Amino acid sequence: MEINTRYKRKLASIILFIFFILISVFALFPLFAIILGSFKPSQEILRFGLNLKIQPEVLTLKNYSFILSGGSDYFTWYKNSIIITVFSTLFSLLFSSMVGYGLAVYDFKFKNLIFGMVLVVMMIPLEIIMLPLYKLTISLGLMNTLLGAFLPFVVAPIPVFFFRQYASGLPKELIDAARMDGCTEIGIFFRIMVPLMKPAFASMAILQALSSWNNFLWPLIVLRTNDKLTLPIGLSTLLTPYGNNYDVLIAGSVLAIIPVLILYIFFQRYFIEGMTAGGVKG
Amino acid sequence: MSNGTINTQRNKSNHVVNVKKRIRVPNVLYSQNIAPYFFVLPFILSFCIFFAYPVFSTIIMSFQEVLPGETTFIGLENYKNLWNPTFLKAIKNSTIYTILTLLILIPFPLVLAVFLNSKMMFAKNIFRSITFIPALTSVVVAGIIFRLIFGSQEGALLNSIITFFGGESRAWLNSSGTSMFALVVLATWRWMGVNLLYYLAGLQNIPKELYESAEIDGASTWQKFIYITLPLLKPITVYVLTISIYGGYSMFAESYMLYGSNRSPNDIGLTIVGYLYRNGIEQNNLGFGSAIGITLLLITFIITITQLKFLGMFRKEE
Repeated sequence: MEINTRYKRKLASIILFIFFILISVFALFPLFAIILGSFKPSQEILRFGLNLKIQPEVLTLKNYSFILSGGSDYFTWYKNSIIITVFSTLFSLLFSSMVGYGLAVYDFKFKNLIFGMVLVVMMIPLEIIMLPLYKLTISLGLMNTLLGAFLPFVVAPIPVFFFRQYASGLPKELIDAARMDGCTEIGIFFRIMVPLMKPAFASMAILQALSSWNNFLWPLIVLRTNDKLTLPIGLSTLLTPYGNNYDVLIAGSVLAIIPVLILYIFFQRYFIEGMTAGGVKG
Repeated sequence: MSNGTINTQRNKSNHVVNVKKRIRVPNVLYSQNIAPYFFVLPFILSFCIFFAYPVFSTIIMSFQEVLPGETTFIGLENYKNLWNPTFLKAIKNSTIYTILTLLILIPFPLVLAVFLNSKMMFAKNIFRSITFIPALTSVVVAGIIFRLIFGSQEGALLNSIITFFGGESRAWLNSSGTSMFALVVLATWRWMGVNLLYYLAGLQNIPKELYESAEIDGASTWQKFIYITLPLLKPITVYVLTISIYGGYSMFAESYMLYGSNRSPNDIGLTIVGYLYRNGIEQNNLGFGSAIGITLLLITFIITITQLKFLGMFRKEE
């Protein structure tokens, strides 16, 4: 009896293991296919699409060398994406940590109203206000600027929410002690609370950087000329109903994933905390 | 001893002087009444400029004909014009897409998370990490990959598998059933790992004692799942359900990428947001576009409220 259940358990765990190997194959093989495809000549992709056939004699570095030689706008897009990611992440961290902290530690008249506003923003998708925002961006003179591509979403609700949760868990005694020592309110935030919130900053930095790097809809509307496009928008312009530039498209897609993948390998924990921030109440 | 007392006295008097100074010159930097407003100011500004104003403006625009240089109120005309076959098709496509993604992206991640959380499972962290990787790709990169996997060429991945097993290759993205299949596979690929993470986080919040006492009472694995795991995962399920409804109805980029533009043969890939984008951005008809946006808002709002009510989320529990 005892042996029987142990045997059953072992069998179950082997079946589970095989099952998850299959799931992993499903998760990874599209990436494998495009990495493989990026080493195939573009005519090959045009004729046969993406497949897992490996013929060593046709594999080539031509797609990468074309990108690296600067034969397209690819580097400009890469640069624009880096600029937008860095600035939107920095601004977002600064502003959302301030707002989250303000909502967490102070008691003031409109506190609940403002927190309610944060929740409302969370509940209305961007797509619904996209047109008036587009009109506003035109009248603010922000069309086709990198600033316009991220400014409207710098103070996003989820980071505010996350910082609020995090800050309300910090010891209030520290704040009182700092006040006794004659620290200004802003000084308390920057000198005492910000260092304490480092883990929250790490999670939100990663989340913000990921969503900014991959952002699609709004930059598609705001950015118009080739020299201003971000990586995803630039790549999407190469894909048309009439024909595709597979050489830049495929190798370019691979190069677009690489920085995120490297970050993920090093900062997995923060990715996961950031992703689940909205959903799980601790 | 005496030195000590003098020092404290001196310190005390210094302190008093400081306090007096602060009171005499009312210093904003120290005010606990003003500080909170300073901290929330970025949100207030961004809320008013980039949220409240656009929301009001889109409501008003939906009753207007907006032409460059002049706008005229046309009442409900925009909403009347919504009743056309193309928009109905877009609503149908978005609804089918939402339902299919819900049917896949809620039960499967839930079960996978339970498996991954079980004592019998090994290499948990590796599998958790791997299943999350697709979520790192942008919709553009994912779209490019799946467009090529679902390519119409005989050698394209899916077709080559099908012909290998003796089937016939087809143009996946050219008919409505198979293109919906492609969209749902793409969504499953990108979001399976994320929803699994939500459920894993939820499972870790369930106290182990519950399972232990159930075991003592002789509950089977299945009973534990039905009577403990499922009910305690309800808040996570409601969250995942809500964001999936919003995500499903606002889907646009996936279809845009599979077709390389907002055009698909016979509009088989057209979604509500695709229709909004076509009218509002491509044809610059902001009034009509706004009416589409308001309709989308109402649809998602009604569904979400119904769902929350149905799941009893308005009852006051804790």
